[in-house]
Amino acid sequence: MTTTTTAAPVLSMTGVSKRFGAVQALKDIEFSVDAGEVVALVGDNGAGKSTLVKTIAGVYTPDEGQVNFAGSPVSIGSPAEAQELGIATVFQDLALCDNLDVVGNLFLGSELLHKGALDEVTMEKESWRLLRELSAKIPSVRIAVASLSGGQRQTVAIARSLLGKPKVVMLDEPTAALGVAQTAEVLNLVERLRENGLGVILISHNMSDVMAVADRVVVLRLGRNNGVFRVAETTNQEIIAAITGATTNAVSARAARKAHQEDQP
Amino acid sequence: MSTPETQTSTNNGPTPDQSSLPADLQDERLIASQGLTGWASAFWSRLRSGDLGSLPVVVGLVLIWGVFYALNPAFLSSRNLVNLSLQMVAVGTIAIGVVLVLLLGEIDLSVGSMSGLSAAVLAVMFVNNGVPVALAILAALGVAALVGLLYGTLFNRFGVPSFVITLAGLLALLGLQLRVLGNQGTINLPFESTLVRFASQQFLPPWLAYSLALLAPALYALSTLRRNARRSAAGLSTTPISRLALRAGGLAAILVIAVAVLTRDRGVSVMFLTFLVLVVIMDLAIRRTTWGRSVLAIGGNVEAARRAGINVKRVYLSVFTLCSTFAALGGIFAASRLASANQSSGGADTNLNAIAAAVIGGTSLFGGRGSAYSALLGILVIQSISNGLDLLAVESNVKFMVTGAVLLLAVIIDSLSRRSRAAHGRA
Repeated sequence: MTTTTTAAPVLSMTGVSKRFGAVQALKDIEFSVDAGEVVALVGDNGAGKSTLVKTIAGVYTPDEGQVNFAGSPVSIGSPAEAQELGIATVFQDLALCDNLDVVGNLFLGSELLHKGALDEVTMEKESWRLLRELSAKIPSVRIAVASLSGGQRQTVAIARSLLGKPKVVMLDEPTAALGVAQTAEVLNLVERLRENGLGVILISHNMSDVMAVADRVVVLRLGRNNGVFRVAETTNQEIIAAITGATTNAVSARAARKAHQEDQP
Repeated sequence: MSTPETQTSTNNGPTPDQSSLPADLQDERLIASQGLTGWASAFWSRLRSGDLGSLPVVVGLVLIWGVFYALNPAFLSSRNLVNLSLQMVAVGTIAIGVVLVLLLGEIDLSVGSMSGLSAAVLAVMFVNNGVPVALAILAALGVAALVGLLYGTLFNRFGVPSFVITLAGLLALLGLQLRVLGNQGTINLPFESTLVRFASQQFLPPWLAYSLALLAPALYALSTLRRNARRSAAGLSTTPISRLALRAGGLAAILVIAVAVLTRDRGVSVMFLTFLVLVVIMDLAIRRTTWGRSVLAIGGNVEAARRAGINVKRVYLSVFTLCSTFAALGGIFAASRLASANQSSGGADTNLNAIAAAVIGGTSLFGGRGSAYSALLGILVIQSISNGLDLLAVESNVKFMVTGAVLLLAVIIDSLSRRSRAAHGRA
């Protein structure tokens, strides 16, 4: 778990700020992810996770700050640029086209061609290979995505992010809508991504997921950095304290009280 | 997934050995539809869930033709059907462009004015200024492409709804058309000119028409067989030969009968063939190219398309440009057929007939669903009604009301099937 890579981070951000009108959504954010590392990005609602994710994905451009990718400074002006760099994102709202079938969605924006026309055969074959790799339970890749369940849609979205051979994969609440087996499958998948040397950014509210797969946890609070923890050297409480912004609050106080009671039966 | 023998098969009969099945048919939850009966039942369940495709329009067309034939047998005479094939080309071509904007979930209300303007540009350059006809056509199409680019730019830059942009365009282009025509009012194209001859006197010789009618299904069968070969090489399921034979045979029968009926009079018009070729080309462009896939994706979910890295603005720009250009081409066809361009070219019902044709043909107003063939089917319905009512010597007030009712019916069917598709999870 604690394998520290000596290489420079594949993606790093320093002093990134983003403002929406009167709202300071991000302020002086430091963030980095190495190759072969899973970084969990946690924080309460409104902490700026989504804004940071969208900044990395090229949906928003930061007002200030520097972004380095693979050692050189870059400015990510659009989602297409982010993809070209090798940053793949699976957004929480998945962003699938309901009217297209699974193959169409998987290869959207990066269709394979055969003699100038869409190569449906190779795309369908590749789709099956990818989905089998993820042990995905999808009955047919030729049905419209509208008829898939929430978990199946999530699987399609994750499978799609892997098509472009990215260096960094961002997963925004990937297990929020999944069943038990599929959650485990996605966590396995996250570990497989790490083994393949990809940098994985995992946004999650689910602490057990975070503790299970992440190497490092970056906590945001009210648009600012509020601590970075190595999973091997920290506890749930410490992270929750950083998320809520106080060591003595309702949640941690309750946990402490319980622990105290267990010590003295 | 790798242990197929653990499945408890719910369907009757022996469970097929999973490993021998094509990769795309291995999931045990898939309802197997093999052979012609399986195809028929799959078709039926698709209809029940609201995925009507082009069935309503085909049924409607049969009804319309039946009623008009009962009222006046001359309606289905070869002579009248040739007339029908000539009448539908202009608005049908405009409808191809409308299909494209509707696929994006947008609209172009100015296609009528655009066709009138292009007719005026063509006539003024060709007749009044003696410009070669090819150059005059290019100029008319070029003006349309510029207008389309302007629409696309306004749409992308300011985010104004296309409805409003093209409504403004409708008025502005009409003004431009009157301006171009000047105080002349009407410009007649000479009857000996290539354009007028193309539109009213050029017909395919019977041997060529029959060969084309047989060539099209042969090409369809050939491409399906080649696709089958590639699919089975990739371990995927293939189209059964019986279904392929049925489809190719059906297509051949329809085309040969149509050619036989038309050649009893003047034959298959070259202009009509041009229209058909345009429809086929646009269908291939929508279904088989990256651009077409982008158009469908944007019509389905713009945000998803943008995040997938599709250059959404460029697609909007290309579609608005194409739509205007098709409208101009339709205007040129109309001017050629009527041998004149005047102040009412592209006026009256041209606009709404073109939009109605696309919708009646089965292209959804909500974007993302439809095909180029809906331009052909839709204009066939609209022009049949108009032609049939003309044969019955009905006044134009009734014509408008009937066409309006048919359009309303088509939109209601679209909305109902959309609701049903949502309920049955078919997008």
